[in-house]
Amino acid sequence: MASATVADAAWSERNTTPDAIAAALRELLAERSKLNQDAEDGGLVPARVLNMVVFVESAHSEEVADRLRGVGRYHASRTVVLSYERDREELDARVSITSERDRGPGEPALLRETAIVKIGERHLDDLTTIADPLVISDLPTLLWSPYRHPEAADALLELAQATLIDSIEEPVWSAAIERACGLSQQAYVVDLAWLRSTPWRERVAATFDPARMRPELSSLELLEIRHHSDSTVAAMLFVGWLASRLGWEMDPAEIEGHRRTGPDGALSGGARARDGERVELRLRAAAELRVPGLAGMRLRSRSGLRIDLDRGPGGLHERRRDRHENECEWTLLGASRGEGGILGEGIRQALLRDPAYLPALSAARTMLPRATPA
Amino acid sequence: MAIATEPQNPLALGLERQPVAPTALVIFGATGDLAKRKLLPALYNLAHEGALPERFQLVGVSRKDKAHEDYRAECEQAIRAFSRRTPDDDVLAGLLENVRYVPGVFDDPNVYAALGEVLDGFDEDAGERLNRAFYLSTAPSFFPAIIGQLGGSGLSRRAETEVRVIVEKPFGSSLEEARELNARVLSVFDESQVFRIDHYLGKETVQNMLAFRFANGMFEPLWNRNYIDQVQITAAEDIGIGSRAGYYDRAGALRDLIQNHMLQLLCHVAMEPPGSFTAEEVRNEKVKVLHAIAAPTASEIPEMAVRAQYGAGHSGGEDVPGYLEEEGVPSDSITETYAALRLEVDNWRWAGVPFYLRAGKRLARKVTEIAVTLKPVPHLAFSQDGSLGVQPNQLILTVQPNEGVTLQLGAKIPGTRMSIRPVNMEFLYGTSFLSQSPEAYERLIMDAMRGDPTLFTRNDEVEAQWRICDPIVKYWRPAHPQTSGPRVGGLDQYEAGSQGPAAAAEILREGNSWRAI
Repeated sequence: MASATVADAAWSERNTTPDAIAAALRELLAERSKLNQDAEDGGLVPARVLNMVVFVESAHSEEVADRLRGVGRYHASRTVVLSYERDREELDARVSITSERDRGPGEPALLRETAIVKIGERHLDDLTTIADPLVISDLPTLLWSPYRHPEAADALLELAQATLIDSIEEPVWSAAIERACGLSQQAYVVDLAWLRSTPWRERVAATFDPARMRPELSSLELLEIRHHSDSTVAAMLFVGWLASRLGWEMDPAEIEGHRRTGPDGALSGGARARDGERVELRLRAAAELRVPGLAGMRLRSRSGLRIDLDRGPGGLHERRRDRHENECEWTLLGASRGEGGILGEGIRQALLRDPAYLPALSAARTMLPRATPA
Repeated sequence: MAIATEPQNPLALGLERQPVAPTALVIFGATGDLAKRKLLPALYNLAHEGALPERFQLVGVSRKDKAHEDYRAECEQAIRAFSRRTPDDDVLAGLLENVRYVPGVFDDPNVYAALGEVLDGFDEDAGERLNRAFYLSTAPSFFPAIIGQLGGSGLSRRAETEVRVIVEKPFGSSLEEARELNARVLSVFDESQVFRIDHYLGKETVQNMLAFRFANGMFEPLWNRNYIDQVQITAAEDIGIGSRAGYYDRAGALRDLIQNHMLQLLCHVAMEPPGSFTAEEVRNEKVKVLHAIAAPTASEIPEMAVRAQYGAGHSGGEDVPGYLEEEGVPSDSITETYAALRLEVDNWRWAGVPFYLRAGKRLARKVTEIAVTLKPVPHLAFSQDGSLGVQPNQLILTVQPNEGVTLQLGAKIPGTRMSIRPVNMEFLYGTSFLSQSPEAYERLIMDAMRGDPTLFTRNDEVEAQWRICDPIVKYWRPAHPQTSGPRVGGLDQYEAGSQGPAAAAEILREGNSWRAI
């Protein structure tokens, strides 16, 4: 692997304007382009895949920057970070262009651009006029507003074709589902809570893929999910997925204990399968799980088939007991993506369209308890 | 390419990794170079991504006697050395746990009896019948014996499961051999069970050629003899034969690259749009292209084909030996390390358009590309004095390295004069997608386990490819040495690190020239 050494460049200015920031980006890119004239390798080439606009309070901006550094190769081509500090009067900015460090011999080094713009409360009404000149025209734009800034996010949404959310960050999960539903009316929603369930969905789909297993799908009578105490929404989206794919009619769930399921709380409910039979649904927090997402699940059919899926080293551990009570178990191989990997996957998903998410979200919404405690 | 039918599994909608039935994969030639460098790392990467079937077992079959544990250790070593990502210890351990080894020679029925026992044991442990895929990663001379033994031992078919056989290239070394091998394979397996690998078809950029042609309205209207002047397909390598003398000296550039990979690339350029992207429709269209290329007669071959061997020269700033000095190469070898052909696709769309194919080792640089040159504009109003002038537009699809598409256009040089020079409009894969392309073998192994043959070569396709190349192979036997260039031994030479032999220009139409490598 060759290493790029001359590509990185930066510019900063206090009390600046979006036009000046955009001009600095153009200037830095032009300078990088001139370096190609003498390049003996593949040269420096700006990535042109995706814009990402991030709105974050300045107190969290370092942490967000760390998270973005951890997404592996799934970086946006241009990231515009609007770093909010309530009392700030001036618009300060720092622009940097970095090049990919690892590349094959003769391959071009990809350039990625980041503009960090420090803004204050007085800029909130004009967020789009700050961000709009800074995004690359004709590329899709992904909006991410971690730590809940719904007003800012809503204001910036008109710039974006997709918005990245993590429904488990909402303290009230019913509000998280409603929020995701609302956002889905305006842009394509990439929900990290949904992506956390991807390996589980893939494995359950694979389990029931053989023709001899397919009939069991219509006779499921129990779905029990254990999840991180913050990840009720991830579990609800999984239930919603199964419900929407299998045509279940969901009943509102009932809450046992705290408003967010935690070690002391759980959510239980039911659905009616296509044949009218009842499916019991249980969501419980798994105190032992240290990372967000799902910890395990059990599916049981009326024929006596029971499938347990649990997190384990090297993948998901499956234990299956058939109607004759024969048991077998094995590991479904797959490496953990980690939180960085999930965020990276979220960025990548902004360029795709998952037809299963919205139906799952809608089904999860019908599961919301009628009277959610305040 | 996805299978065009609606998935019956209601849970499969929207999943990027579609379910694959539980499978036991058997690799014949399990200790060979291909297994170590490509197949095992590909399997690891599929496991890492959670893409392998929920039940997956691997059996290595090879001549050397060794214990399961020893073979697992070899697998681990190969994966750690050649995987495109650093292995996760837990995933690797999980994969290796499901590896078994069966030693023996490939024509020994006892090997297949032992293999059958291992496979039955998997089924018993799983409480279900696993699909079976036999991967022939051996020297081609073993294919008939393995196929025969699989048939004789009853392993080629099994009730309630899919049994598939994956056959590595080369599929025969002549038309006659390809026909014999096809007959042998099809006497044991149905064509639907057979997956003939051409790993070029697993490359994202090759697959993208179909998307490029058939998903963009702007190119297809120009994609015919009225607008296209010539097509050049190049597969150049800067390296020599390395440690592959044993194989390469029997194959040569024509059989190693042109007969399979490059004719497949030609098919992708020249095929008609299929009605749908089902395996049969895509392959039907490719076969039509191959059938539209006349097999050359002996009198035509000197005019349309050229070959040569690399001599000593320089590569990467180093002195490098000539082919005849390479270890393991006979000093009187007449195996070509460079071959170039001019082919014509005799159909309504392409009549009169030359397709130039060239492949070689120890050339100036490594590049695989397809260059489509459009006809010049009918009238030029600009003076060309003082400028490079207007060149015909070229569309270059680069398969490797730096995968992408370049459109060469004429543009005005800034200034007071109307001077024109060619400029490039470039699309580079790396700049436009976030995802890393999987290795071709990852895609192909998955497709074979799923039973999707779209990216594999059908029996009639293989034979049609051989029908074109076989007369040249025969003509190039020692009785017809080429004499136009500098010679050492029996074949013309080109300097290592160069553009190839000067004689390559002799097959070009008047006014055409080779693109610089």
